[in-house]
Amino acid sequence: MLAKRIIPCLDIREGRTVKGVNFVGIRDAGDPIELACRYVEEGADELVFLDITASHEGRKTRVDLVKLIAKEINIPFTIGGGINDYRDAELLLAAGADKICINSAAVKNPVLINQLVNAYGSQFVVLAIDASASGNDWQVYIHGGRIKHTKNLFEWALEGQDRGCGEILFTSMNHDGTKGGYVCDTLRKLSDLLHIPIIASGGAGTMDHFLEVFKWGKSDAALAASVFHYGEIPIPQLKLFLRKNNVSVRI
Amino acid sequence: MENIVIIKYNAGNIGSVANALKRLDVNYKISADPDVIGKADKVIFPGVGEASSTMKNLRERGLDVLIPRLRQPVLGICLGMQLMCAWSEEGDTRGLGIFKERVYKFRINEKVPHMGWNTLMPSTDPLLTDLPEQAWFYFVHSFYAESGESTVASCEYGISFGAYLKKDNFYGVQFHPEKSGKTGSKFIQNFIAL
Repeated sequence: MLAKRIIPCLDIREGRTVKGVNFVGIRDAGDPIELACRYVEEGADELVFLDITASHEGRKTRVDLVKLIAKEINIPFTIGGGINDYRDAELLLAAGADKICINSAAVKNPVLINQLVNAYGSQFVVLAIDASASGNDWQVYIHGGRIKHTKNLFEWALEGQDRGCGEILFTSMNHDGTKGGYVCDTLRKLSDLLHIPIIASGGAGTMDHFLEVFKWGKSDAALAASVFHYGEIPIPQLKLFLRKNNVSVRI
Repeated sequence: MENIVIIKYNAGNIGSVANALKRLDVNYKISADPDVIGKADKVIFPGVGEASSTMKNLRERGLDVLIPRLRQPVLGICLGMQLMCAWSEEGDTRGLGIFKERVYKFRINEKVPHMGWNTLMPSTDPLLTDLPEQAWFYFVHSFYAESGESTVASCEYGISFGAYLKKDNFYGVQFHPEKSGKTGSKFIQNFIAL
């Protein structure tokens, strides 16, 4: 049976992890490779690296980092953040990225999804959507949540699927960082609406939240950052808990 | 020292396969030269992409004639395995015909692509030795090889399909051993040790 995926997310700036990491046995908390290897060892099913480097030299740093990751890591990984055009994505593929995650660039130029899918296949393209709710209306935001866009979450997710993206990574801005749980009702609606896998993001705080997002939220994968970085939820423990509650996980 | 050759063509995962071999400290070459491929101890035939255009690319390089004639162990991965079958629904593509099985698009109630970690139906086979009883492999595909006489191990996803096929010196896997963690590394090691 296909396993539900647990995906730690690492924020990177200038080739270093940004968020503080509190891990016993990690020599250099800022070294993304060491942290990534640790997660692989613990049983992470995939890794997402979000590169928030803003500088002009960002592109080269990112490509060099992806080359290093590809050498060391023997599970699939996604690189996202700052991918503005076809050329950016192409360089990352050549460097060894299994998937790229596009957000603002796809909102501004949706054809980019088709171009990347036609060239490299659906499996390469993850459409990341940041959205915030006012009432029942989920509005899409771009540029790291700073700018509100006219697009609606469900319409945009459907359009992304029609254009061929392989997965949707949906972050609820209302839940991100709260540790109050994933937005399961909305994730469930999204999962029923689409026929491609959904990665849930935003709100993980306890092991029960993961159980809820898989059972009630119908998500295919759950992404989280701080609960893993600070060792609040060790991945092996999380997976045992999920298995005990009849969620298919890879152990 | 084993002489491993990865067949070079426009497949998307050549770099990943090369990295997996590097992590195992295995010497390898990446080549499209029939002489180099012919002299290899083991051949790996990777593949990520679309079937009909990839098959066209193989024909242009004469690899469609060369690959079925190889006598040493050959491992096809993902699309590589699918192209070793008789036919693929993707682009109505005639394959290399090494395996008689045909490749179809998933028509199931599950999400497509089949993406993530899944297990094989238990099987005793040289390439599956020393793996955990429940061995997990990473899959990502929208087309599958039907179960048939070449099937060594199958996988369940809405339907039971051929995840690992074998005929004579030809091995084909739908999953990505190069991305399947320690289990995948062991699988590749077992292939190299054949």
